Amino acid sequence: MVIYRHITISCFNYESNGGKLFCKPKILYADKKETVSKNQNRHDARLKKRGTAAEEICFAADILEVSMNSVIKATGYILVHAPDMVIHNGSTQTTERIVNPDSEYLKKLPQHIRSYEDALKYLPNQTYIGNMTPDDLAKFEQPWFDKTGDCADRFGKFGEIMPQEEFYLLMQACDVFDLLYLEKGFVDAAKPKLAAHPLMNESILGRIKDGVEMAEVEKFVNEEHAEGLYNHDKLVGYVKRAHDVDVNLAAHVIHENLVSKASSVLSILYAVKNSGLAPEDIDYVIDCCEEACGDVNQRGGGNFAKASAEIAGLSNASGSDMRGFCAGPAHAFIAASSLVKAGTYKNVIVAAGGCTAKLGMNGKDHVKKEMPILEDMLGGFAVVISENDGVSPEIDNSIIGKHSVGTGASPQAVITALVAQPLDDAGLKITDIDKYSAEMQNPDITKPAGAGDVPQANYKMIAALAVKRGDMDKAGLATFAEDHGMVGWAPTQGHIPSGAPYIGFAREDIMSGKIKTAMIIGKGSLFLGRMTNLFDGVSFVIRANSGAQTENSVSEEQVKGLIAKAMKDFAMTLMAE
Amino acid sequence: MDLENQKRVKELAEKYGPENVVVVLGAAEGEASGLAAETVTAGDPTFAGPLTGVQLGLKVYHICEEEMKSEVAEDIYEEQIGMMEMVLDVDDIASEMKSIRDQYCKY
Repeated sequence: MVIYRHITISCFNYESNGGKLFCKPKILYADKKETVSKNQNRHDARLKKRGTAAEEICFAADILEVSMNSVIKATGYILVHAPDMVIHNGSTQTTERIVNPDSEYLKKLPQHIRSYEDALKYLPNQTYIGNMTPDDLAKFEQPWFDKTGDCADRFGKFGEIMPQEEFYLLMQACDVFDLLYLEKGFVDAAKPKLAAHPLMNESILGRIKDGVEMAEVEKFVNEEHAEGLYNHDKLVGYVKRAHDVDVNLAAHVIHENLVSKASSVLSILYAVKNSGLAPEDIDYVIDCCEEACGDVNQRGGGNFAKASAEIAGLSNASGSDMRGFCAGPAHAFIAASSLVKAGTYKNVIVAAGGCTAKLGMNGKDHVKKEMPILEDMLGGFAVVISENDGVSPEIDNSIIGKHSVGTGASPQAVITALVAQPLDDAGLKITDIDKYSAEMQNPDITKPAGAGDVPQANYKMIAALAVKRGDMDKAGLATFAEDHGMVGWAPTQGHIPSGAPYIGFAREDIMSGKIKTAMIIGKGSLFLGRMTNLFDGVSFVIRANSGAQTENSVSEEQVKGLIAKAMKDFAMTLMAE
Repeated sequence: MDLENQKRVKELAEKYGPENVVVVLGAAEGEASGLAAETVTAGDPTFAGPLTGVQLGLKVYHICEEEMKSEVAEDIYEEQIGMMEMVLDVDDIASEMKSIRDQYCKY
């Protein structure tokens, strides 16, 4: 960050040619002789067209305004405890039931399912919703599943851990095609609990239907290919197929998509509440989960984003879905920040719901090692990205890492493209970034499954690259993960742990002055879709708001804002004349 | 090992003859390397994939083992693998791989 103390503005170069004004905003700094506008070429081209003096000044003011970075206005992080969905919807379990229906694993599985209370006590879950920091979590020796801390609250500053019963009702509120029904007794018992929820308003609660008879539930599950909804091993509802023939609208798919949508809606509700904005202030939503909704003629047509925005009451928002496996969220953050910086939208939400298929994904190893099934949590997050408020941390669009088609797939090539290259371009060293957040999977889940400690593996790679490039001595390898990294705390829900879980803490850590910069890295395994063997990933940097950095100096963003305002005021007086 | 990869290894071994196939692994640690090596030699230890009960006994190496490293041009190896070599516990991986080969490799 350069603080500019002496500023010379040479805005107007008059040409007497036909009374037109040639306007070229240019800010020269005493300690850095260069122009601000990166759009200078585009700007110059546009100027050749010429307009009236007032128009030109307004345009120049726009140029200054749009060069302000977007900010991380607020975040929402939610978990849903989904023990019965582990058994009935997790792909490891559904595959096992087909391949090996009498397996020991399926017999032992129910004894390893956690209660809601145990899920609340679980330290990584408390970290995800913001009741503990990653540093607090790191103080506990691993494994964590047999440890408890001081906090076992449902609600945290970022969001909450919702129990399965209430989530089924929220799923029904998200079903606008009359596909999900719940048994009468279940609705009667669960609805008052959801009605007491601080964020559930009448428009959401009003979407919950009266319960149906048990006979109807059984009929649809047994005879009509419906997906059963279970609570504590008891059938309590069903999701029916949305088409008799089209597999894209089969009950299984509709169930999966309603889960994703409902957990996204809950995340959005928290993010909007935490932002202090009204729901109507949100202009656009980008959904970055890994599901697809559509029918036989457009399998992944979309649009989860707009569907979720509707239920969350974002009446002025449109939206679209952005996909890239686990890299999806990082792509979406870059897109959202660009949309805001360009002035296209003022407030954009990046959101993602959770994934039923990944529940219990490593269950066989957990059961074999006499552990509880730790993958019983659906994850969700939403981040509000807004125009610069002079306070919140900024997304710096000038430092963007990108794994390109020609980059190559070796870990070295990947980390170089995502970390070293963008920092090089910005004249920074790897050690200049205070915290890195790549794949923040909870090691409690992955280590017993033989997948190692994923965040640590990333930090080791970044550190090794820093040594190879001469950014750091070899002695720094041992402490790099501690200094520039964190332990992982996110559920293994693919896109959920991918860089995004730290954004909430990064916002706090930057605003409290604990750190100045954080790099968020998303990586995606595109080969899973069988369309390309290419790897993928993108990264971006969050940094302290340049307006919030100093007390006495005027920041670049503030100067741009002031100049833009002054120029617009001047233009208005010209127009009035 | 991923079920789809098991299927591909099985098909390649049938097509070219198991004696002509070498499986090269890039797993990040010893245990995972050992499991993958076991899968393509003694059969899938998780009893889930197409190699369940199929003892292919293929030659299998990790890219960080000396046998593989000596096959690759030094500068290419440094460019592609050098960083990971610093990161991985190569000795642990190599001893795990050797142990599996000694027990199950047929070629």
